[in-house]
Amino acid sequence: MLRQEGDFRTQEFLLNMGPQHPSTHGVYRAILTMDGEYVVHLENVVGYLHRGMEKLAETRTYTQFIPYTDRLDYLAGILNNWGYCLTVEKALGLEVPEKGEYIRVILGELQRIASHLVMLASFALDLSAWTGWMYPFYDREKILDLFELYCGSRLTTTATRIGGQPTFLCRVQKAVGSIFRLSPGHHRFASNLVTGNEIFQGPKGVAVVDRDMALDYGFTGPNLRASGVNFDLRKAAPYGLYGRFEFDVPLGETGDNFDRYYLRILEMGTVLAHRQASL
Amino acid sequence: MIDRTEILEKSKERFGEKVYRPEGKDEIWFAPEIVLDFCQFLKSETEYNFLLDLTAVDYPDSFQMVYHLLSLENGSCLKLCSNLDKEAPKIASLYPIWKAADMMERETYDLMGIVFEDHPNLKRVLCPDDFEGHPLRKDYILQPVARR
Amino acid sequence: MASIEKILNFARGRSLWPVTFGLACCAIEMMATGGARFDLARFGYEVFRPSPRHADVMIVAGTVTHKMVPLLRRIYDQMPEPKYVVAMGSCACSGGPFVDSYSVAAGVDTVVPVDVYVPGCPPRPEALIYGLLQLRAKIDMPSIQDLNKGAKKKND
Repeated sequence: MLRQEGDFRTQEFLLNMGPQHPSTHGVYRAILTMDGEYVVHLENVVGYLHRGMEKLAETRTYTQFIPYTDRLDYLAGILNNWGYCLTVEKALGLEVPEKGEYIRVILGELQRIASHLVMLASFALDLSAWTGWMYPFYDREKILDLFELYCGSRLTTTATRIGGQPTFLCRVQKAVGSIFRLSPGHHRFASNLVTGNEIFQGPKGVAVVDRDMALDYGFTGPNLRASGVNFDLRKAAPYGLYGRFEFDVPLGETGDNFDRYYLRILEMGTVLAHRQASL
Repeated sequence: MIDRTEILEKSKERFGEKVYRPEGKDEIWFAPEIVLDFCQFLKSETEYNFLLDLTAVDYPDSFQMVYHLLSLENGSCLKLCSNLDKEAPKIASLYPIWKAADMMERETYDLMGIVFEDHPNLKRVLCPDDFEGHPLRKDYILQPVARR
Repeated sequence: MASIEKILNFARGRSLWPVTFGLACCAIEMMATGGARFDLARFGYEVFRPSPRHADVMIVAGTVTHKMVPLLRRIYDQMPEPKYVVAMGSCACSGGPFVDSYSVAAGVDTVVPVDVYVPGCPPRPEALIYGLLQLRAKIDMPSIQDLNKGAKKKND
């Protein structure tokens, strides 16, 4: 589309934000139609990491598939394991022993913090703040050490089994106490370095997704809560032992990029209550 | 099991015999031709206004479409099923009602071969564009690559 | 001339600039390797370049699908000589747990010639560092660089 403004002729152009890109965080391709610096239209091309896990599952046993679930969302491996084991246990009518459920909650919330730390790091990195990337990754290492103590692997954990848990938390239990002292530090780090900083006010007002649009497009999780819809699966349809815990669900107001980020920071704060209660 | 009688009664008033629930199962079956009206009715007149998932299952004599709707008030799920023809499976697209159906229907088309009528952009999303076959069908056999 | 080559290889091995080619889970471990605990900067490898034109080494971290293969080859071709490839993780080495999938390429050495294989799922950051140090040793010994450079590519 050719436009003429005074002496200046402009034209929209296609820019390929290819699957190999430092900001796409994985392989995602966007074909952007740009009008100067503004993105006028975007076409998503996905599927560059489609590994065919559903078809592979047809040739694996239920237990053999648990490691594959780690790789679905590799930042939150334990939560994926848990979801898959819940499904199989529901289908088989199995009941998990109470101690196993507690272990799942503790590990799951730790994994949630670790995943949100990567979000914080990437958020800072996309705005060229390398320091904001280093600190959360360093803090994350402490949580990954706990996972390694528990099940031997930092990232792809396979930490649950159908019907329960593989081992007890003994050695991990003492170490988890140190995480209590850590979490308020994240919040302070985030508020001091990132939230109040002018550079990070950039995402405010960008990509606003209001409530109706969020429901229409099927947003779930923190993205939905950032758009103001008060729905948390842990409260609405509690799985595991979440029904026993009291916690607040942080809600966003406008649904822009900034809200989505800040919400996850607040969520990390609510996670404290869980673990304190469950230990 | 969650009490579905109210939804069933309202649906039967509107759609008659095209909506039914099999004994002992917590799912609602419907005839494929009424999918748009039925989902619009559920979205506007019941609490199930959120499309959670959309997929298909390959059975020996039919393809079964499975939709999951979520109620944001109480967190419960409603499962809807419909049988499609095995030779030429097609059903109307839910894109006019929920935009979330866009990607999910493309994935179901890509992996299962179900054609969604009036979908704005029905092309492969996960497999490469020149891929042949629909991988998740039961008659698609995995061919592992032999290494030296 | 040999001594100049030695000096150049010495410099190349100690200042490899990787191109960001993180595809899947191994990318997170690659990022952790560049983080503060397992520092890649102490070896000189912390400058991850987004553009292949400025990079020496391509650390393929993650599963390579058939859809991604032409792009992988293109990024490799865009890198200037001398260039090296490290296959990180079992998916890049040989297809990993997804080797019999319909959409996964059985190892990145079917597309590009590989210098160092780092197995693991995902390999620990220490393992990746060891792999990069092996690459450094390989660069210091030019006699083995051309010998059996990964596996033969099928499409070339």
